[in-house]
Amino acid sequence: MSDNDRTQPESDYSLPDERGFFGAYGGRYVPETVVPALLELDAEFRKASADPAFKAEFDLLLADYVGRPSPLYRADRLAKAVGLAEVWLKREDLNHTGAHKINNTLGQCLLAKRMGKKRVIAETGAGQHGVATATAAALLDQECVVFMGVEDIRRQALNVYKMKLLGAEVVPVDEGGGTLADAVTAAMRHWVERVNDTFYVLGSALGPHPYPEIVREFQRVIGDEMLVQFAAKGIELPDAVVACVGGGSNAIGTFYPFLREIPRERLPKLYGAEAAGLGLDTGKHGASIAGGTPGVLHGFYSYLLQDERGNPLEAYSISAGLDYPGIGPEHGYLSDEGLVTYLPVTDAEALEAFALLTHTEGIIPAIESSHALALLPRLARELGPDARVAVTVSGRGDKDMDIVREAGL
Amino acid sequence: MGGLGEGFTRGHTALVTYLMAGYPDRETSLAAMRAAARGGADIIELGVPYGDPLADGPVIARAGRAAMKAAPEGFGLPEALEMATAFTLEPGVSAAEAPPVALMTYLNPVMRLGYAETAKRARAAGVAGFIIPDLPADEAGEWLSVSDGLDTVFLVAPTSTADRLATAGAASSGFVYCVSRTGITGERSQLPEHLADLVVRTKEHTKLPVAVGFGIATPDQAVTVGKVADGVVVGSAIVRRQEEPVAVEKFVRSLRDALDTDSE
Repeated sequence: MSDNDRTQPESDYSLPDERGFFGAYGGRYVPETVVPALLELDAEFRKASADPAFKAEFDLLLADYVGRPSPLYRADRLAKAVGLAEVWLKREDLNHTGAHKINNTLGQCLLAKRMGKKRVIAETGAGQHGVATATAAALLDQECVVFMGVEDIRRQALNVYKMKLLGAEVVPVDEGGGTLADAVTAAMRHWVERVNDTFYVLGSALGPHPYPEIVREFQRVIGDEMLVQFAAKGIELPDAVVACVGGGSNAIGTFYPFLREIPRERLPKLYGAEAAGLGLDTGKHGASIAGGTPGVLHGFYSYLLQDERGNPLEAYSISAGLDYPGIGPEHGYLSDEGLVTYLPVTDAEALEAFALLTHTEGIIPAIESSHALALLPRLARELGPDARVAVTVSGRGDKDMDIVREAGL
Repeated sequence: MGGLGEGFTRGHTALVTYLMAGYPDRETSLAAMRAAARGGADIIELGVPYGDPLADGPVIARAGRAAMKAAPEGFGLPEALEMATAFTLEPGVSAAEAPPVALMTYLNPVMRLGYAETAKRARAAGVAGFIIPDLPADEAGEWLSVSDGLDTVFLVAPTSTADRLATAGAASSGFVYCVSRTGITGERSQLPEHLADLVVRTKEHTKLPVAVGFGIATPDQAVTVGKVADGVVVGSAIVRRQEEPVAVEKFVRSLRDALDTDSE
């Protein structure tokens, strides 16, 4: 957690500022009622970050409970199929509960415990963050309530059942499109009401400051491990690193250590895959950077799908986890600065990549992660056949069986 | 046009009435504003329909959605500003029928229209001030730098520390809005116990009038709040009646009468 035991950063990347801004993006645009709770969370997060005992407890859980480090796997059959020299998969799908989400929920539930809060709430889209929160809450003996849109409950019935088995209460949210954005709103409203005894475990690198920074800190283990693993294998850094982006937690966890530790001239090209749904021109998508404009939603300023009056628009994606009309503020900044390139990937391209990884490597990825994999053929064209590319496989596809079956795979 | 502070100079507990712009349609909501004024409202708080009303309970959230749907071209901040113009600048309307208007809008519609453009149009519309529930005082620098001539009312809550009461008090103009409880807007059967304490704490940090809102639904509750605060904000209980301006006037008058009877 603390930075003193890490190598001195070679770049000068030190965002967010103390007010929670990444350039113009971020901030804390929330009702006054929860501002004191955010300030308290910020103070406690900084104390925990400087506390070796907290770091030790977190690291032990990551190792023995989550099963970290997750493998960095060289996928040769996939590389051949997409026309690249090497493809390295960061296997977050092999984590306990099947996705990167558990890194963050353990961190935040430990913070809740440290703050004396016995009750945690969370929003969920695909259900992965809900399951991961319910899991951490079961482990740490915390009461857990998960808000989930009715449409997502329909799409992700298995995860709903898992959360209930784990002892969580799942509250259906029947507002708006009944998807992730509506679940975030419902969770925030509930938090405003129960702020005194409740810890809000936010699932992505978004929301009011300090959440984007907290989520990044608990997810940076992905990129930290990649740097160590490439070094241990005696391999040069990849030419490109790819992750899918909804709110952007696995992506920022992947990119941040590279941005922080690697000097600009040696920095791999970084790519984020946004959900283009049925296509940007159809209006049915979740690509906030490619198809949105800056605005405020859920307490932070970043790229947002919105109408001309500033109302958030409903996002659409085949993947419930990318079905969100905004993107974490740090990604907005990274896009503007040209440090990360965000590219839209359609449902159809994601399904194709899903099938390709399954057939070539015997790895069934989450439909979210398939968006990142779908960029590989494009990168082969852009970077050439000698390129080495790393992809974060943020989760496994067990939860998506009904969806891919419906799609005719 | 005076500021929102004018609503607190009438020698009684100020009554701030919230109405949702465009609900159930533009004409009816404008009539409801007039009705509230006739019933004795000292300040009209005009709510701007918004797609993600984070701080609002079911009654106001539903009314906002209905307003957006009722207008074929949609309804939002530009339309609410246009309505405010019609309310404040209609010729032949007596001062008593045109109390100061505060626009209650979430932040993103303001950002979308632009801070400076919003302020410019609001001044032209005769709007007295703004209440922006998701803009805490410490994030408001840019808005405050362009909103000359408009009051900005910041909210304080039971969770606010002394520091934050001071920040909100110093940044506010017109009045300070004291949120009676943690949670969202909406009618409640009971007022929170520590309300008086919160108002007293707030007043330690500001010379501005302090109005209390969230959960005030009946004349009796208004009277209870009026004993400790300079103003009372009533929202959901009015919006619930907004389809019938006559019912709004009658209800607002019952609040007004109860407050006045108590102070006699």
